[in-house]
Amino acid sequence: MDTKKYVIKQISIFSENRPGRLASVAQALGEEKINILAFSIAEANGFGVIRALVDHPEEAYEKLSSLGYNVAFTDVIAVQMKDQPGGLFEIAKVLGDAEINIEYSYAYSGKTAAVLILRVDQVDDAIEKILSSGATLLEHSIFH
Amino acid sequence: MMRMFWDKKMETLNPADLKALQLKRLKKTLRSVQSVEFYRKQFDNAGVVVSDVKTLDDLQKFPFTIKQDLRDGYPFGFFAVPMRKIVRIHTTSGTTGKPTVVGYTRKDLDTWANLIARNMTMIGIGEDDIFQNMVNYGMFTGGLGFHYGAEKIGMTVIPSATGNTRRQIEMIRDFGVTTIHCTPSYAMHLSEVAEEMGETLDCLKTGIFGAEPWSDNMRRTLENRLGVTAYDSYGLSELFGPGVAFECPERDGLHIWHDSYLVEIINPKTGERLSDGERGELVVTPLVKEAMPLIRYRTGDITMLMEDGCLCGRGKKITRLSGRSDDMLIIRGINVFPSQIEHVLLRIPEVGNQFMVYIDRINHLDEMTVEVEINRSHFSGELADLAKIQKKVVKELHDTLELRTTVKLVEPGSLPRFEGKAKRVIDRRGDI
Repeated sequence: MDTKKYVIKQISIFSENRPGRLASVAQALGEEKINILAFSIAEANGFGVIRALVDHPEEAYEKLSSLGYNVAFTDVIAVQMKDQPGGLFEIAKVLGDAEINIEYSYAYSGKTAAVLILRVDQVDDAIEKILSSGATLLEHSIFH
Repeated sequence: MMRMFWDKKMETLNPADLKALQLKRLKKTLRSVQSVEFYRKQFDNAGVVVSDVKTLDDLQKFPFTIKQDLRDGYPFGFFAVPMRKIVRIHTTSGTTGKPTVVGYTRKDLDTWANLIARNMTMIGIGEDDIFQNMVNYGMFTGGLGFHYGAEKIGMTVIPSATGNTRRQIEMIRDFGVTTIHCTPSYAMHLSEVAEEMGETLDCLKTGIFGAEPWSDNMRRTLENRLGVTAYDSYGLSELFGPGVAFECPERDGLHIWHDSYLVEIINPKTGERLSDGERGELVVTPLVKEAMPLIRYRTGDITMLMEDGCLCGRGKKITRLSGRSDDMLIIRGINVFPSQIEHVLLRIPEVGNQFMVYIDRINHLDEMTVEVEINRSHFSGELADLAKIQKKVVKELHDTLELRTTVKLVEPGSLPRFEGKAKRVIDRRGDI
């Protein structure tokens, strides 16, 4: 199976944990008309990583790098969930049963469905299991 | 054949002739300081008489001169000649209180330039070289000191001073600069900016770095990044400035010019003289200074006289300076030199080479925090990897310093870059 088309590039931004860092990242993306679909902040001991799913990851990477930010791409997958009780359970169970570990996750609720963004330890396996369970994965082609 | 000696006779004097010359010059120096009130009083108090000096060892009866004495003599209290004989004044960076003033006669300036000429000739540079002098040209002795020495040996000198690093790099490229002089921390910054600009600076071959202690790791890093052979330069304003001691091509210790500087190594606590091979504080009696002769000046620098001779044929060497005793930090009773921190960071590729150290006293305990930049190319995007890097730095620092530190990872390029002497330590402990 061609799993590649479901691998989505999240941008991960190294950031010191101090006031104004998120504002500055958001402003830079706003200026480039890059839309942030979802983001989360992970924090440890004075520094953190801002993780964001954006509609134009390459442009976001360029822009933030040019401003001196330390940016990396991270492979994630995005699952469409039913935006209703039990929606998350279905997906989590598929992965749990397959012994696939979720390293971290965040979600957004869109107009048509909720989307769960997952960083897993076995990307290809996760894609196959999720697809064969009948759930829908977003393709990376919608981010360009 | 390339000239390797500027003043071969003086640089290779045999021990007996050297001792005789040193004694003659010492006596002259002791007589000349009689015109300085401070020394008249100090010799009286110590009950020493200049005419009693028969051998070099007799110098041990004389008291030391310390930096604070020079500060107390501000501004001209240590000048041994009338003002009309003084043709230049420099001051040292006064981090606390008043700066120290140093003066030069016309002959002093010539003597000084000749010492620098010896150093530069020793490492094989000369009139075919183009020299960019990237240090402060104002009151700091490094600028004009090297400038006149380099001109003396016929180099093409570019007095670029500090600032505008991009312009500095363009000049190196456009003028075909072969030799640079700057602080090691500025050299590191220069290499970073050159990399950003996509400049490889292939014309460079020699780097002279001084004014702050730097490690052998730093040497390898600078040599790789700039494509130079790096030489350590040592000096201090009180002894003219740069040019006191310098590495020869062996790069295993620094030759100090024994005909011009009488060297003692002492135990800094007891003042007792130490033997060759024993580490202690460098004490120097300059033998050729007119305007401001000094007796047994305590440099505060820690080194030792090396027992082995040198293949190049010059006199005894001192080991590279690990730090000034006033740079030394005492954290929970443990001695720490900022250069040790640099040494550790340079061998961890995941972090950059710039750092800042903050010392606080929290609940009566000294706490040291080291800020270091994450290396751009080692950021995986994963928080867990960052935590691993942080742990690694803490561990490596602990292994070297035997001290627990807090390590903060900061964004690349966010720490201050220094053009002159780096001030990487902020001690916030206060007085108690």
